[in-house]
Formats: sequence, C-alpha cells, structure tokens
Amino acid sequence: MSAATAVRRTAVAPHQDPAPAHPKDVRPTGRRLGPGRRRRLAWLLGPSALLLLWTVASATGLLDPRILSEPWTVVATAGELIADGRLQENLAISAQRAGLGLFFGIVVGAVLALLSGLSRAGEALIDGPVQIKRAIPGLALIPLLILWFGIDETMKVLTITLGVFVPIYLQTHAALRGIDLRYVELAQTVGLSRAGFIRRVVLPGALPGFFLGLRFAVTGAWVSLVVVEQINSTSGIGYMMELARTYGQTNIIVLGLAVYGILGLLSDGIVRFIERKALSWQRTLAG
Amino acid sequence: MAAHFGGLTAVGSSPGTTPRTLREAPTVSAVSVRGLIRGFGPKGVLNGVDLDIAPGEFVALLGPSGCGKSTLLRALAGLDHDVKGSGVISVPDRVSVVFQDSRLLPWDSVLGNVTLGLRDHDADAKARKALAEVGLAGREKAWPHELSGGEQQRVALARSLVREPQLLLADEPFGALDALTRIKMHGLLRDLVAAHRPAVLLVTHDVDEAIALADRIVVLDSGRVATVRKVAPEIGTAVDAAGHEALRRNLLTALGVDVAASSH
Ligand SMILES: Nc1ncnc2c1ncn2[C@@H]1O[C@H](COP(=O)(O)OP(=O)(O)OP(=O)(O)O)[C@@H](O)[C@H]1O
Ligand SMILES: [Mg+2]
Repeated sequence: MSAATAVRRTAVAPHQDPAPAHPKDVRPTGRRLGPGRRRRLAWLLGPSALLLLWTVASATGLLDPRILSEPWTVVATAGELIADGRLQENLAISAQRAGLGLFFGIVVGAVLALLSGLSRAGEALIDGPVQIKRAIPGLALIPLLILWFGIDETMKVLTITLGVFVPIYLQTHAALRGIDLRYVELAQTVGLSRAGFIRRVVLPGALPGFFLGLRFAVTGAWVSLVVVEQINSTSGIGYMMELARTYGQTNIIVLGLAVYGILGLLSDGIVRFIERKALSWQRTLAG
Repeated sequence: MAAHFGGLTAVGSSPGTTPRTLREAPTVSAVSVRGLIRGFGPKGVLNGVDLDIAPGEFVALLGPSGCGKSTLLRALAGLDHDVKGSGVISVPDRVSVVFQDSRLLPWDSVLGNVTLGLRDHDADAKARKALAEVGLAGREKAWPHELSGGEQQRVALARSLVREPQLLLADEPFGALDALTRIKMHGLLRDLVAAHRPAVLLVTHDVDEAIALADRIVVLDSGRVATVRKVAPEIGTAVDAAGHEALRRNLLTALGVDVAASSH
C-alpha cells in the first residue's frame, strides 16, 4: 500500500480503522473429542520413527549386524541388486502375482457378497462355504493346490485369490446387510427398478464395507505372496530371500523384508486415498 | 381411473382453468379405502378404516400417538408387505411419500437425491426446477449433511413433487422442525400443493397445522375414523376467523384432550 492511499483513506474516513492485518479470532475453546484435523504426510511419522530407532540401534552397536543388518548395508545391497537388475526383476514378478491374485479376489469376493446379500437363495448357497473357507488357514490349502495345479503361476495366484476374497466378501456382505431399511423403503416409494436400487442404494451403501475389506485384502495379498514364494518358487522377492537364507546373506533377507514392508505401507496408503475420495460424503471421526 | 387423472394433470398444468370443478364429481376419488384392517400380533391397530380422498383434496389425519396413523399411511404407500390384515385400497399410479425424517441418501448429492428413480430424459432439468421451487436453487451439488434440517426437508419435498404425484402422503413431515421453520414450511407446502394439485394425506399430531393446511380433517380413534370435519377456506388461513377456535376445541375434544385445561 502506498503512502498516498493511506493518507487519502485517513482523510476520507478519519474515524474508520483500516482492517487490521491479523483479524481477531476470540472463541471459547470447547473440548474436542475427535482426533482433530488431519495433517498431510502424518502417516509417515510412525514408520520413520521405526527407521530412526533401527538406525540409532545399529550405529551405537546395540544391534549386532549378524542379527539384523544395518540400514545403510541394506541400502547398499539394494543399490547392488538394482544395478544388476535382480531386484526389479523379482519385484515385477512378485507384484504381478499379488496384483493378479488381488484382482481376482476382489471380483470374486464382491460378486459373491452381492449375490448372497441380495437374495435369500444366494445367501443359503454361498455364505456357508465362505465361512468354512474362512476357518481353513490359507497355508493348509497349499499342499492340495500344489497337487492340483503343480507349482506354476496358477497355483500361486489362486492361493492369493483365496486369501483375498474372504475379507472382501465378509466386509462387503456385512455392510450391504447393514443398509438402513428406511433407504430400501425410499427406493420403493420413488419407484426405483431393481437395477437402479442396486446402483443407487446398495452399491454406495456397501462401499464403506468394501473398502474396509479391501484394506485387509491388500495386506493379505502380500502375506500370501510371501508364503507361496518361499515355499515353492524360482523367482520373486520371497525366492530371493529364501536363496539368501541358504547363503546366510542377512542383508538380502532384511532388504526383502523392507521391500515387503514398503509395498504393504504404500498399497494401504493408496487404498486409503481412494477410499477418502470415494467416501467424501461421509462425516466420520477420520475426517 | 387413469383417464380421470389425465384430466387432473391437464388442469394442473394449465393455470388458467379452475381445478375446483373436479371436486364436484363425488363419485371419483383419488384414494378409496374400505374396511382396512391391520394389526401387529394379536391386537389390531386398524379395525376397519373407510376413507375417501378426492383428487386435489387436502386431508389431514389426526389421532393420539400409537393409534395407527403411520400404519394407515404405510398401507396406502404399499410399504406394509409383512403386516397382517385385510381390506380394499385403491390409490392412483403416481404416489409420493414424504417421511418425518428427510430420508436423503447421504452418498448422493442434493440433485441426485431429487432425481432418484426419475426416468425422464430431462430429469436433471426437472429436479433443478423443483429445487428452485422450494428455494434451494444453487445447492444442487451439496451433500445432504451440508444442509440444515429444514433445508433437508425441503429437498425431500422437491423429491416428492418432481414426479408430479397424484397423491402425496406425508407422515409428520415437519415434526422434527422448530416452530418458526414449520410455519414457513406450511406456507411452502400450501403454495406447492396449489401449484401441483395432488391429493394430500398429511399425518400430523398438531391440530393447528391440520386446520391451517387441510380441506378436511379426519380423526382416527380405536382403529377407526372417529371424526370428520370440513375446514372452511377462510378458517384455514386466518386464526382469528369466526369458527376457528370452535373447530380447534372440537378437534381437541375428539382427540381426548381436556380443552379447558389446554386452552390459552
Ligand atoms: N413394526 C411394528 N411392529 C410391531 N408393532 C408395531 C409396528 N409398527 C407399529 N406398531 C404398533 O402399532 C401401533 C400403531 O403404530 P403407528 O406407528 O401407526 O402409530 P401412530 O399413530 O403413527 O403414532 P405416532 O403419532 O406416535 O407416530 C402402535 O401401538 C405400535 O406400537
Ligand atoms: Mg407415526
């Protein structure tokens, strides 16, 4: 603001204060029970603290490198493995397996949840078997799957799919069944068709449950991946770690663990991001 | 019946003609209920209700809490599949319902809520017009939780009117609103009904609301229509009109309220 305008304003309205640079904001501070406003990148705090703890423990010699490699050794190992292409190669194969298994698991879980949630016959047929599958650990099925499908990719993707579809089914089905009957009545009074009812009421109403299931499913996909790759495989991150074990290369094992960890954290972050965008109509504690 | 309502729609859409003429044909009615019996468990709630509503007529349904007003309305709306009972109900093709809660889908925008179930190709344009009618132009993209209670109820009104109903069923639509907002909503509903001319069945527990809005007031008692009162047009709009207080006392007595104690 130039001096001239300031002077002119004073001249025109001598009693009027110019707007203060910092407008006063006095308010009673009520007790807030929610967690407060969300902050960007705050989710990195916990993992970073863990990393810091590891670094400090290694640097001070508290942590014997034979038990757990130092972070910088792991970083150097990553550099070497990236340079000779082994890390990317194994990572790509692992990601492909997890991705395919996740994809099929999501489709199967969501379709089964819809069938069983929207029809009594579907529920009678589907719900029981899914509960049985839920009670059987994925690991226990692997011998049978190997007998049926051998040790090729089909078996690996199928194992992941079987682990993924259960949480998707359970959460989507529960959310769908929990849709308020009042909305069903509304759909009836406005004359929605069956398809319109599914599209406008059922799917959006079940979406929060689907996303919850998806978060379990994504983490579950990586866990199943470790199992199939370490048991019977000649490629992938799990195989790379298994090989390192036979040669006693702790640094590669820890690198593999770190990669799994980062993948898990990243994929969960992505799902949460999509979830927030898709469910922006919700007013919840998460905010 | 369909042919008849073709005539009603034509009247409603051309403001020059007077819709009153339709009322003079007593043989046709928008709603006809005969011997309606509904009950939950062994005890009956409705024990033979007979009710007719003429096209374009505004009927208010009064009755003590728990006497079966909502049960009757839900029967007319076809929402009581699982309730035991008998009787004959005849309603027009296009029926809209306004509930006590606005019942907006929280995951749909205001506009999406109004177009819900509309199959016309110009559904969006119609919905915008309806929203403007209830004074909510410009709020189409808002989420329901961003609106006040009164605004949400106005969206619900827009949603029910956008499909040009021949019968509007409303179950205490203003029950959750404050007194001031309720009075404003009365004016709005009166205007909207005058413009669209559906037959209306309004369930309420508020005698003054019934007098202010209805052409005819029906009191339900012991599962039957106990009292029927016509409301002269001049009484409905003016509280100080002759006969207003008499009608009010009369209805309160029919509802079992000690008038001497409650008058003020
Ligand atoms: N789903 C149900 N299951 C069992 N009983 C019910 C059910 N719905 C209503 N009733 C009973 O039927 C009777 C009439 O209920 P209704 O909701 O029609 O009353 P109402 O006249 O609308 O009352 P209010 O003015 O309080 O809304 C009540 O005694 C109630 O307890
Ligand atoms: Mg009721």
